[in-house]
Amino acid sequence: MRNPLSDKVVAIKPSGIRKFFDIASEMKDVISLGVGEPDFDTPWHVRDEGIYSLEKGRTFYTSNSGLKELREEISRYLGRRYQLQYDPIHEILVTVGGSEGIDLALRAMLNPGDEVLIPEPCYVSYLPCVVLADGVPVTIELKEENEFRLTKEELLEKITDKTKILVLPFPNNPTGAVLRREDLEAIAEVVIEKDLFVLSDEIYSELTYGEDHVSIASLPGMWERTLTINGFSKSYAMTGWRLGYICGPQEIVAQMTKIHQFAIMCAPTTAQYAAVEALKNGDGDVAMMREAYNQRRRFLMHEFERMGLKCFEPFGAFYVFPSIKEFGLSSDEFAMRLLEEEHVAVVPGTAFGECGEGFLRISYAYSIEALKAALARIERFIERLRAQG
Amino acid sequence: MREQILTFLEKNSKIDLQELAIMLGSSETVIANEVAKMEEEKVICGYHTLIDWEKTSSEKITALIEVRVTPQRGQGFDSIAERIYNYPEVQSLYLISGAYDLLVILQGKTLREVSSFVSDKLSTLDSVLSTATHFILKKYKDYGTILGKQTKDERMLVTP
Repeated sequence: MRNPLSDKVVAIKPSGIRKFFDIASEMKDVISLGVGEPDFDTPWHVRDEGIYSLEKGRTFYTSNSGLKELREEISRYLGRRYQLQYDPIHEILVTVGGSEGIDLALRAMLNPGDEVLIPEPCYVSYLPCVVLADGVPVTIELKEENEFRLTKEELLEKITDKTKILVLPFPNNPTGAVLRREDLEAIAEVVIEKDLFVLSDEIYSELTYGEDHVSIASLPGMWERTLTINGFSKSYAMTGWRLGYICGPQEIVAQMTKIHQFAIMCAPTTAQYAAVEALKNGDGDVAMMREAYNQRRRFLMHEFERMGLKCFEPFGAFYVFPSIKEFGLSSDEFAMRLLEEEHVAVVPGTAFGECGEGFLRISYAYSIEALKAALARIERFIERLRAQG
Repeated sequence: MREQILTFLEKNSKIDLQELAIMLGSSETVIANEVAKMEEEKVICGYHTLIDWEKTSSEKITALIEVRVTPQRGQGFDSIAERIYNYPEVQSLYLISGAYDLLVILQGKTLREVSSFVSDKLSTLDSVLSTATHFILKKYKDYGTILGKQTKDERMLVTP
């Protein structure tokens, strides 16, 4: 029989997280801090709206771009929260999670050989999606001493004649890093000068714990060069509903809509009705969850400091990214031993790029009680490592 | 700060103040002082425990009693309210807008105990015009807590 597979797909490495999932799933008393989604249930009024839409028999396709009412709400929301102006008819596309937007943007924009700059550590999808779209991923190693921000110098260093897109994943999974307005302005200057486009993944935009998030598309000269990705998963605790959106100039959105139309048809209808309610009446829920995450973040930072575990203070998402370099173990070894010896699941930094070596991603999308129980085990583990010298 | 502290204490009066200080980005002394002040000012009126009595062997019965009364000159409802709330079996007493005036929440051991309170004590008060007694059959949710509900983390253990 002939080889049934595509060489391009076979060459893509599976996610490094899988291994931990498999082992952890076999254990009975495992405490996980390895989850990349909120612990809150979707607010009841949002769920209720989804249920209501089912009761009313709203079980058909929506238009390819998504419910008009939803796109109008998205447009209003982006305007009031981030000073972004997008026309609901031509410049907003409702997608299956933010992740579909990543794939659509890259497929719609890349020609074979085009280079895409990806700051690492970062979410696991960008690199394989670039490869699948026949682009060439070029990673930029972010540094702990810069609090994992992307600097102008780091960006300039990797730009070639073939560079077309810069992926900008902030607030960042896995580091929790955020970019401030001045960081974005420095980046925007380079982007404009070098005639690049930005794919700005702002799925964690509601979860910042200092200054409010700034969207790069709101900076002068950047709107026409930016695709803004956002969604409902993190801000409204709606991961399972699979709903996000991507916004940008009509010229690009029209091409993405074609791919979406043929590959997906439309995002889930029930989720779209629920999302309308989330945008209309969900501000209070977002504020409540943000405050709860912030309290846990402070608690975790305090506990790490007490244990002497080195960690820069992150101001976004719901992750901390402590350094484990003092123990002389690789991230993978550390995480594996922590899982085997103390039954605590965390994700090694290397799952998010090679430069994540020496770090762990620890999620605080957990109750304080769960965090406490896990931290007690982590403390016991690192004390044992230190005693062994 | 006060409101944040109260939000926590309302849900968990046993919370460790040092831990609370860390979560609110404050110091334990500041929090402890604020709590002491609020106790003194009777902003914090007490620390109670939410109990699901159905899970115990003790017999308890709760009734909501709607009471219509004639308010008294110069006193409004306060004096009749005082006469009612001084009974130790009265758990809560509210002045209510609408079809009746006072809502009495009463806890007793038996139906008979509750009904004798209503007929012997409550109805015989001069200003009481009428009463309507409702017995609670099942408590689903009390003070913001869903009773008897086990929550389980159903998320996958590790996700990107």
